[in-house]
Amino acid sequence: MTIYSVYVVNKAGGLIFQYDHSRPSQENEKTFSYPLELKLEPQSDGVSVVFGQRDGIKIGHVVLSVNGKQAHGKKLEDGADIMQVISEEENYPISIKFGRPVLTSNQKIMMASMFHSLYAISVQLSPEHKSSGIHKLEVDTFSLQCYQTQTGVKFIVISDPRQIGVDLLLHKLYAIYSDFALKNPFYSLEMPIRAKLFDVNVKSSVEQIEKTGTVV
Amino acid sequence: MTIYSFHIFDRTGRSLFQKEWLRPKPSTMDKEQEKKLLFGMVHSIKSFVDKMSPVDGKDGFKFAGSYTTSKYKLHFYETPTGLQLIMMTDTIVGLVTDTLKKIYASVYVKYGVRNPLVDLTSPIESNLFATKLDELVTNLPFYLPLAT
Repeated sequence: MTIYSVYVVNKAGGLIFQYDHSRPSQENEKTFSYPLELKLEPQSDGVSVVFGQRDGIKIGHVVLSVNGKQAHGKKLEDGADIMQVISEEENYPISIKFGRPVLTSNQKIMMASMFHSLYAISVQLSPEHKSSGIHKLEVDTFSLQCYQTQTGVKFIVISDPRQIGVDLLLHKLYAIYSDFALKNPFYSLEMPIRAKLFDVNVKSSVEQIEKTGTVV
Repeated sequence: MTIYSFHIFDRTGRSLFQKEWLRPKPSTMDKEQEKKLLFGMVHSIKSFVDKMSPVDGKDGFKFAGSYTTSKYKLHFYETPTGLQLIMMTDTIVGLVTDTLKKIYASVYVKYGVRNPLVDLTSPIESNLFATKLDELVTNLPFYLPLAT
């Protein structure tokens, strides 16, 4: 039962706070011999597997490291191009680590705005009067819960579908926001939140909910 | 416990079938636009879920779930062929994925697909299909016709 991340979105749909509490490691490191059975292709977020799913390495997984050297996009730490390293036979046997691609901060900002729009559209699609927007989105891999305040700020928590107490966490996050962000005289409204105490309190509330299911 | 409406869209967003049982709030735009909005919404949710999911899905391609607002719940289920089944119910209903699967298997495949003369990309016009669907839905435990 885990809480994966917390997002806070302002009235206009811009991301003002983001916290990743846990990321389940879905990484697979394997040693391969020439020729490589997986088909790889360079894409916007790195070199990803397009065909040849096997041993836990799935389609969509990205190359995270080659022979211990971290991958940054389509290149390695030392500047070598990943596709080139993999296509040369003399580099084999080669050890490559694959995993689910991690969202960059830009992508997170885009996802937050996307959710903001989905929230608004769900109000329009409603067959009943006076519906609110999406307050829970559930699929089999995760559950997303959202609490929109009267001022339009949205608190979003992404967690395991079986996690309990997320609505308590959302209300607690609102209380922490009003204490450490709003009461800070140097904080400008709708801007990204940069307060150490806010981060510390968010982290401790998330940990409390994960462990006990209730928050103090 | 009610069901408001049910839609079937194909891979490209064309509406193949829709049925409304209850709709207290009149829609603010015309029918065609609303269907396009609904499809667009579910399509966007699909790509959102794909990017945001912290773990890989067990089966990879399966896209099924629901979202809840304060007044209604929208359930979506996508078959491996890209057919989207969307149902709007009220908030008390639980998981509807199995029902959607059943609708696909026992109504759509049986009465919608098995006719070799029917073009699968055009809207379903069969009356038998509509009747069978109505029968299945009205027999669901969470369907209660509200007296308006």
